[in-house]
Amino acid sequence: MSAATIVSLPDQSTATIPKMNFLSKENGLLSWLLTGDHKRIATLYLISITFFFFIGGSLAGLIRLELLTPQTSLMAADTYNKVFTMHGVIMVFLFLVPSVPATIGNFVIPMMVGAKDLALPKVNLLSWYLYIIAGFMVIYTMAAGGVDTGWTFTSPLSTHYLNTHVISTGLAIFVAGFSSIFTGLNFIVTIHKMRCPGMTWFRLPLFVWSNYAASILMVLGTPVLAITLVLVVLERTLHIGVFDPAYGGDPILFQHLFWFYSHPAVYIMILPGMGVISEVVSTFSRKRVFGYTAVAFSSVAIAVFGFFVWAHHMFIMGISNYAALVFSLLTMLVAVPSAIKIFNWAFTLYKGSITFETPMLYAFGFMGLFTIGGMTGVFLGSTGTDIHLTETYFIVAHFHFVMVGGMLMAFLSGIHFWWPKWTGRMYPEKISQFAAVVTFIGFNFTFFPQFILGTLGMPRRYAAYPPEFQALNVFSTAGATILGIGYLLPILYLTWSLKYGAIAGNNPWQATGLEWQTQSPPLTENFPETPIMDHEAYDYEWLERQEQKEVASVG
Amino acid sequence: MDHISPVLWQFLQKWLTHFALFPPEASKIAPEMDALYFFMVLVSLVGLTLVVLLIVGFSILYSKTRHPHAVQIEGSTILEATWTIIPLGLFLIMFVWGALLYFRIYTPPANAMNIYVVGKQWMWKVEHPGGQHEINALHVPTGRPIQLTLISQDVFHSFSIPAFRVKREAIPGRYTTVWFEATTPGTYHLFCTQYCGTNHSQMIGDVVVMTPDDFRKWLQSSTSGNSLAQDGERLFASLSCSACHNTRPDARGPSLANVYDSRLTLSTGETITADDAYLRQAILNPSQHITQGYAPIMPTYQGQVSEEGVVALVEYIKNLDSDYRVQQTLNTTDLVPQSQGSKAATPGQAPAAQKEVKP
Repeated sequence: MSAATIVSLPDQSTATIPKMNFLSKENGLLSWLLTGDHKRIATLYLISITFFFFIGGSLAGLIRLELLTPQTSLMAADTYNKVFTMHGVIMVFLFLVPSVPATIGNFVIPMMVGAKDLALPKVNLLSWYLYIIAGFMVIYTMAAGGVDTGWTFTSPLSTHYLNTHVISTGLAIFVAGFSSIFTGLNFIVTIHKMRCPGMTWFRLPLFVWSNYAASILMVLGTPVLAITLVLVVLERTLHIGVFDPAYGGDPILFQHLFWFYSHPAVYIMILPGMGVISEVVSTFSRKRVFGYTAVAFSSVAIAVFGFFVWAHHMFIMGISNYAALVFSLLTMLVAVPSAIKIFNWAFTLYKGSITFETPMLYAFGFMGLFTIGGMTGVFLGSTGTDIHLTETYFIVAHFHFVMVGGMLMAFLSGIHFWWPKWTGRMYPEKISQFAAVVTFIGFNFTFFPQFILGTLGMPRRYAAYPPEFQALNVFSTAGATILGIGYLLPILYLTWSLKYGAIAGNNPWQATGLEWQTQSPPLTENFPETPIMDHEAYDYEWLERQEQKEVASVG
Repeated sequence: MDHISPVLWQFLQKWLTHFALFPPEASKIAPEMDALYFFMVLVSLVGLTLVVLLIVGFSILYSKTRHPHAVQIEGSTILEATWTIIPLGLFLIMFVWGALLYFRIYTPPANAMNIYVVGKQWMWKVEHPGGQHEINALHVPTGRPIQLTLISQDVFHSFSIPAFRVKREAIPGRYTTVWFEATTPGTYHLFCTQYCGTNHSQMIGDVVVMTPDDFRKWLQSSTSGNSLAQDGERLFASLSCSACHNTRPDARGPSLANVYDSRLTLSTGETITADDAYLRQAILNPSQHITQGYAPIMPTYQGQVSEEGVVALVEYIKNLDSDYRVQQTLNTTDLVPQSQGSKAATPGQAPAAQKEVKP
């Protein structure tokens, strides 16, 4: 890549990590477990979701190994079903949903709005404890023999026909749901009430806007999932007859309730990721995000429309043809704000001054893969083609492009971007650029063949498949090994950098957000005194004037 | 090729011989579906190329080495309107085009031949109107619209024929329909695509498309002796349905001749059309479906008749255009309840008598 860089580090021979910071303020396990500090809770979250990502990722590896051959050669069909179910449950509820909001969002949102902490620090800690309880319940489920409903818990399969640990998994997700509701609630209150003087709504970084939109979805959508899971548990234990036709229930009702949450959940996962991309693209092209207002409102538009498209998961399930028509049209409408965002990011580069540090590489990866993920979503949103493509590997490839190619790329971009702020140290640049490229290549090798498999008709969730699909599956598994290396590398070098990374200083990227105008790692109170926002978001000229002033006053 | 590992060699051989990139087109709808599919692929490629060109182009033109000072731009309403309206227009084209296909695939023509499909863990049972039964296979002729009426006996299943580009969920407790017209003889995959438990991936089979002549031969060679309606008639008699559903003046249930597709007024005052779904509900859940003027005395047959049995009964009632045969069965069934009743009465009385004796 180009030798030019915006990284400006302090003189390494004299620089030190500030003595007083949120990491060093108190020591001991209790000071962490009873903390109210949003940055410490974010750190706890980061460690826990990395742990669950590791488990979920290992399960994905098992799935790909099993699919190397057409027969069930590595594990029995039952085991395979449990493995993909646990992979889905862990990745969706214990990794993707909390990934950006509860870690990066938790860490930077209070600083971005110029506050000392989230509005409700104890609720924030409670949400982490709920997450951990849910995590233990999932681990208990796995240890006790697992569950094989698929992460979608389709009734009556889940309520009547399976003899596995549906109840403990359902309750785990119920608890995890409350963790997510509390996080969302906390963000909404903080963004409304805790903005510093001068921080108007349209001066907020776009990361805050997108997390705000996601929080609305969390607060309004998750209770529906919670009640659905309670009904599944009651149906299973007491046969209350809500979903199971054998007791007079309606299985389609379950689909409506489940997708009423689980479609917006997709936006809960992707919107905060989009926020990361806005920050990163702006910073590394030294430009205000092109059409700030359009990008901000497109987040809200996605959140609002996102609530009215759930039945596009049910086009072949016997909803009326006219209902399918309405939901298909709304689905097309929700695709538009995503297209707007992609083009706005691309035009942010126009006449910028671009450098290619790791967060930017991940952001480019996001833009390419999310475009593919989004476009293939239109294939599924159009009722006609959905008939052929749904429930096949096409849909698996589609949501992995959005969730892994989009969201995970955004998460890694954000982790690298805010790592110097979080730890006070830089990650090693060359190897991390290498990891970003490896991830991109491995990802495409893994998931692109699955589009072709899906078009050929290979159904999802098959432990065994007809032999003519093998070649493409071998490709996919080979790609997954590359992808695995791409994910292992950051875990290794980021850990290494905790001790050996270069001292970052306050603002290594020359970024404009308020979080960059304080020391790294920040004080427990974030800022020495309450900041006053006297400029627009992404105002790089303000930053330059600021620096000149400093030079003048020091000189 | 000693230096190539045998595993790799085997894989390469497979790669060269068994490698599909696109499914066969074997139904009338398939080429139309593929036209939309390739239109979408084209739009996606153009869109993706555009995004990649913008990113790569700007990255080269405005890299820091070449362009050290960024020029601040707020945005541009015209540009933003362009990339709002053009994608919206394209998406709306895909929406309308897709909806047209969707309505065609899920609206069977009136002259379609109806085949019933019952899904259960983990097999597909196919019931032809001529009484041919199949498991995990479906034989159909070319050049004739075929309607499938699907139902599941337990959990959600999904009946998918990729070569025909059709798929429909088999749902417990309600009928769903889909239709197709096969064009090319051959054997194609049949998959269950909705996860349905342990052996989900074994719930597969073959769809055999035959020329009309071959199909006729197949029908003759695989007949079970009775048509589906005859199976239904036998069940109708053995369940004593005709004891009430007859034309006698004191009949306790409505006559079922020509009831199919007619408008009925229920005891709730509601008017409905007596279609497959209604007939099924009226058999399994009769107290909710009482025809006006009759007492709610019919017992439920839930759990007593399998979905295949219900399918046979529905097929029988569908084809019932006079009460003549019902009257005929009535003469025999009149005797059956009495003889059964007397049989039942004797052992019934005996324990009662014993009870009286014992204490």
